[in-house]
Amino acid sequence: MNRRTLLGSAAALVAASALPAFAQDEKLKVGFIYVGPVGDGGWTYQHDLARQAVEKEYGDRVQTTFIESVPEGADAERAITQLALSGHKLIFTTSFGFMDATINVAKKFPDVKFEHATGYKTAENVATYDARFYEGRAVMGTIAGRMTKSNKIGYIGSFPIPEVVQGINSSYIHAKKVNPDVEMKVVWAYSWFDPAKEADAAAALIAEGVDVILQHTDSTAPLAKAQEAGAIGFGQASDMAAFKPTPRVSSIIDNWAPYYVKRVGEVLDGSWTSHSVWLGIGDGEVEIGEITEAVPAEVKEEALALKDRIASGEYHPFTGPLKKQDGSDWLAEGQTASDQDLSSMNFYVEGITAPMPK
Amino acid sequence: MFRLEPRTSAPLVWQVATPVLAVLATMIVGGALFAAMGFDPLAAIRTIFWDPLFGPAAGYSRPQLLVKAGPLILIACGLALGFRAGIWNIGAEGQYIIGAICGAAVALTAYPLDAFWIFPAMILAGALGGWAWGMVPALLRNWFGASEILVSLMLVYVAQKIAAWMAFGPMKNPEGFNFPGSRNLQQYDAASNPELIANSGLHWGGVAAVLALAATWFVMSRHVLGFHIRTAGAAPRAARFAGVRPERLVALCLGVSGALAGLAGLFEVAGPAGQITESFGSGYGFTAIIVAFLGRLHPLGILLAGLLMALTYIGGELAQMMLNLPAATVQVFQGMLLFFLLGFDILTRYRIRRRA
Amino acid sequence: MMIDPLSVFILLLGAATPILFAGLGELVVERAGVLNLGVEGMMIGGALAGFAVAHASGSTALGFLAAAIAGAALSMIFAVLTQFLLSNQVATGLALTLFGLGLTAMFGKPYEGMKAPAMMPGPLGLNWMIWLGIALVPLVWWFLARAQPGLILRAVGENHDAAHGLGYPVRRVRILAIGFGGALAGMGGAYISIATVLQWTEGMTAGAGWIALAIVVFAQWNPWGVLAGAWLFGGVTVLQLRLQAAGVAVPVQLLSMAPYLATIIVLVLISARQKFGRSGGAAAPGSLGRPFHALR
Repeated sequence: MNRRTLLGSAAALVAASALPAFAQDEKLKVGFIYVGPVGDGGWTYQHDLARQAVEKEYGDRVQTTFIESVPEGADAERAITQLALSGHKLIFTTSFGFMDATINVAKKFPDVKFEHATGYKTAENVATYDARFYEGRAVMGTIAGRMTKSNKIGYIGSFPIPEVVQGINSSYIHAKKVNPDVEMKVVWAYSWFDPAKEADAAAALIAEGVDVILQHTDSTAPLAKAQEAGAIGFGQASDMAAFKPTPRVSSIIDNWAPYYVKRVGEVLDGSWTSHSVWLGIGDGEVEIGEITEAVPAEVKEEALALKDRIASGEYHPFTGPLKKQDGSDWLAEGQTASDQDLSSMNFYVEGITAPMPK
Repeated sequence: MFRLEPRTSAPLVWQVATPVLAVLATMIVGGALFAAMGFDPLAAIRTIFWDPLFGPAAGYSRPQLLVKAGPLILIACGLALGFRAGIWNIGAEGQYIIGAICGAAVALTAYPLDAFWIFPAMILAGALGGWAWGMVPALLRNWFGASEILVSLMLVYVAQKIAAWMAFGPMKNPEGFNFPGSRNLQQYDAASNPELIANSGLHWGGVAAVLALAATWFVMSRHVLGFHIRTAGAAPRAARFAGVRPERLVALCLGVSGALAGLAGLFEVAGPAGQITESFGSGYGFTAIIVAFLGRLHPLGILLAGLLMALTYIGGELAQMMLNLPAATVQVFQGMLLFFLLGFDILTRYRIRRRA
Repeated sequence: MMIDPLSVFILLLGAATPILFAGLGELVVERAGVLNLGVEGMMIGGALAGFAVAHASGSTALGFLAAAIAGAALSMIFAVLTQFLLSNQVATGLALTLFGLGLTAMFGKPYEGMKAPAMMPGPLGLNWMIWLGIALVPLVWWFLARAQPGLILRAVGENHDAAHGLGYPVRRVRILAIGFGGALAGMGGAYISIATVLQWTEGMTAGAGWIALAIVVFAQWNPWGVLAGAWLFGGVTVLQLRLQAAGVAVPVQLLSMAPYLATIIVLVLISARQKFGRSGGAAAPGSLGRPFHALR
């Protein structure tokens, strides 16, 4: 019975684990807090796929629980606490806005491990993890630069935060590399997920002459709009395979499964320690979805070659010489951007004409 | 056939019985819904309505009921005054947001100063902000006859946009790596609103809610103002003869309910929420309308209704965790609860007679 | 940089259609003296039902029909509670919104990730629903201003006691109006899932129902005003995104609160005109939001 384990008295747990009859009590309970519904088809959906991967990998040894659509703030703190109280020993909090709540709860439960996505605060029992989405954006940018006929590519941003600004810069730099005439148009939806707004944003870009759309928002609405207008786009967060082979010519996929499986394994064998990691294509956390036949073979090859060079660590998407939008120097010839620079990025690189929102 | 005959006064037994009936009906229909979806209805009902109070982790969830119910009760007290008088403030959500922003503005301006007056000044600013936001529909109604229902609702959206603007612009945490959202006031001692007793769930917002309940009770049953409010609501024309000045009543009810909603927002931003974010308004202002109705616009009822609403939130989370029930369950439950209450309410206000 | 006004207008027509439908529906409801704050709940109900049927049948027309039925069905909960059980309209409408959002989220799970069939294109490259929405404006206007049943509906909305005294069936008129409002709200919601986004996701109406309520006030309870309001609200969204795309720095939050402030100002102006006895411009229907109970 759940009641038993929930009582959470240490003695009861020790006693139970000594008896084979209560073997199911030995299961490691892993909790997940999601910011959206699992059916969002994007961010939360991918985290939930990774949760399922954990269940598949460890079978009877783990039991996973998730709470979806948790508002940031006080509600998040309660939801995390409830998970900790009910015997979850490892808890993934999968949105930036859960940062302070995670830290607060972690203080009260020193024997519970916490993993917070995309944040910057760690503790003895709080690790952070993030993905180098900008590496994937470099590949998308290359395809976009080659595929555009109007030389105008569009980017639908969610919020002007460093992660998204990195994506815009990375896409632009690599589009420009293969197509010096390319122009980048940026529209901010001020939402991670608002299908109607995203559709309108895509329509606005198309009306501006854009024929390739990159998006950093989670719905498939921009792809649907692109299809109507004969433009192309890319899957975001999840593969969005329903729109293959065109308008969706490739995608950038958040694959949290390898990391989640690894960290759960570490808790199981007792080797878990806190850290702050930022994983990319090379670690399998950022994946490039199938490049469809709508893309010419030589472009596909070029994109995959870039992907391989990034994966092997041979090439960093932010390699100098690079200047900021205002013309001031940023990176010298051959110099690469530091993680610290990237994690607080609030400027566009030279050549992007869109204004940075204040 | 049946016909309805208005009662001259609502019998106490029905006043008490209808909310209970509504809760029972919600449980029955909700249980049927769960069964249809393939969940065990009894387990679901027990997890939502019983476990937060007496379940294994109740030691934690009981105080959390206070955290969640506090702002609902505080806002609902103010709304009840107006609703009794036939003054419809449905923009408490906006007043809540503006109160929080004004209070946070004081704290963020004073940061990192450590002084005893900061928190009291924030309370004042929060109440004033909510009051001012509530006075806009009041004055527009008094001067021009504009509907306070519509104006207060429109102002909710304006307030939400202001909150987003604050989170991205003027109030953005300068040490927050360009992420939207203000500094976390929980980490600023002079401005924070912590638990007064550890693990009790009680912060100043809860204290304010209790005071508001007492004050509402006093005004409604012991003060001439309560008489005016009730007369204005029941018989507006008679109220004029009784010396009620409707303009003053409008300003008073909207102002007071705005101030209380503003206070609720302030206590939330300084306490459990911690910061102004783009999505700061999380619907307390709208849920409080349900609380006011469910509580029959009576202080004791509001107290119970606020706790019941909090129970559905916390029980809903538990049900997600334990039974994998979808998060939307809570909304369905709250919607149904209100439907049933409003439906059964006819028993208190009307006598059902068989048509001769 | 020049922005082509025609292209903005074409985008605006699409963005305005869901709120135009819902707004016209709510207008008729309010002219009958009923305030239904459940528009958002009925829209999301229509969005799911419309998408599900369009997906299953492959016909968007059937989808919109199903959406109308679903919206009307949800509105009947409101109708029964407010018209027979005389419940408070504000609270009942709020409950309907909560209920609709929750119910669709629960039952919409199987439809997530599916694609809607393509809309049939209509004249000038705009789909049929855009044209239908615009065509409804003069129809609703004619109905309210010229048709006999429309006059009765307005009489009921202005003064239900007097209308009752004249022998008009107040309750039946209101129930029909509520059902019509629900049907149009459902179709507006379905436009979002079928025509704009082409998929179902929970909560996808994202506040469009509340905008529709604002538009009715902005419109001074006049169908042509609803069209203007839908274009204004839709236009601000479209223009704001379009300006961004063109590289203009836009204060997004400040701009997006403008339509709400405009609505308040319009409301104040019309109320003031009525209060200070000047003619022209309609104010809120006299019996708006008040329950009606015939003693005889």
